[in-house]
Amino acid sequence: MAVNIDTLVSQFQQKDKSAFEALYSMYAENICGVIHAIIKDQERAQELCHDVFMKIWDKSATYDTSKGRFFTWILNIARNTAIDELRSKAYKNQKKNLQMDSFVGILTPEHEMNIDTIGLQSLLKGIKEKCIQLIDLLYFKGYTQKEAAEKLKKPVGTIKTRIRACISEIRKNGGL
Amino acid sequence: MDVKKYIASGILELYVSGGLSPEENLEVQHYAIKHPEIQEEIEAIEKAILRLTAAASPGLPENGFTSIRSELDDVIPFAPSASKKKTPWIHYLGWAASLIFAIGLIWVYLENQDLKTEVQMVNGQKQQLEEEILNARELVADKDAIETMLNKLRNRDITVIPLGGQTIAPESYARAYWNKKEKKVYLDVQGLPDPPSGYTYQVWSLKLDPLTPTSIGILDDFVSNETAIFELSNPNESEAFGITLEPKGGSETPTLEQLYTLGAVGP
Repeated sequence: MAVNIDTLVSQFQQKDKSAFEALYSMYAENICGVIHAIIKDQERAQELCHDVFMKIWDKSATYDTSKGRFFTWILNIARNTAIDELRSKAYKNQKKNLQMDSFVGILTPEHEMNIDTIGLQSLLKGIKEKCIQLIDLLYFKGYTQKEAAEKLKKPVGTIKTRIRACISEIRKNGGL
Repeated sequence: MDVKKYIASGILELYVSGGLSPEENLEVQHYAIKHPEIQEEIEAIEKAILRLTAAASPGLPENGFTSIRSELDDVIPFAPSASKKKTPWIHYLGWAASLIFAIGLIWVYLENQDLKTEVQMVNGQKQQLEEEILNARELVADKDAIETMLNKLRNRDITVIPLGGQTIAPESYARAYWNKKEKKVYLDVQGLPDPPSGYTYQVWSLKLDPLTPTSIGILDDFVSNETAIFELSNPNESEAFGITLEPKGGSETPTLEQLYTLGAVGP
């Protein structure tokens, strides 16, 4: 990668708008994608995506490396925003058949219009349901390893080795 | 450290997901700096997640970063530069005002604390006074009751009958003050032991020839009656009074083996 992320991030933390713009162009699709995968409403996902980047700007001072990768940090902000949205009453009233299904829920005809269906399907080719569930909990719902272990009633060690295997398959599918 | 094993453990996948604690995050970073393979692995994992999340994107919002940038500009605080140069004191005014305000707040807070303490003290005193008043009232009431009782006992129509302890309780004694005119018996039972639980004392008016007992009362609240004086009505032409111990609720006829005290009315 030509640009050094660490440099960009520290410039961004000093309220450098150009650095922020660079980070936006690097991660906006991902942030919008995560939100969409959680709330499954394209238009609203785009609005929230905008809001999330405003939050990221406002909270820039609170990021430090104990929070992990920069992407991990903004992923977390995006997830929380989207999950809050799901929980909010206004949303419940608007869509009654709301459920917290996994991120692959967007692979239904009504959602497929704009997303990179082929890309997503090829990444998930041959992936077991167990993996989908675990990826969903850890990356899209923001569970900690402990919470995921409790939810799936498996030891933490199993969660670790399983997610390792699942992500390896995705990497294989994507040629990464 | 075995780098391969560390990578294979799956901790790096959790690191990218945000599923580790802050301490664990710092530990992973520490190893990543030391071992470039770990850093590379983290980036590869992140790339896979980036690919996955981007595939779910519904497309970027209209105007993308342009609309964000315009909002960022909105947030820039006021203070146009022209007025800044002309009137720098206005800034100090703000600071001074907030300082005065802060001092005011502290003063109000302290004042409030003082008042709270005072209120607490006053409340405490109030409670104490209330207790004293209650005690005094009780004393007055007790005194009144005793006087009333004494007046009743000193009445010239009263006949005093001492009741002596019987076989079962030779130490016990009682005294009956009988006002024939008012058909009342005042029974002083200070000299009786507390009845065992489940039992109660019962007072009998007796005719001697033939021996005919008539119950004139049950001393139910024996233990709680502080004066140990009971007022009973007695319409009978009694020749003697007796007190027996009976099962709670009393009996039809006296249990003579449980006769505690007995006394005959004098001629």
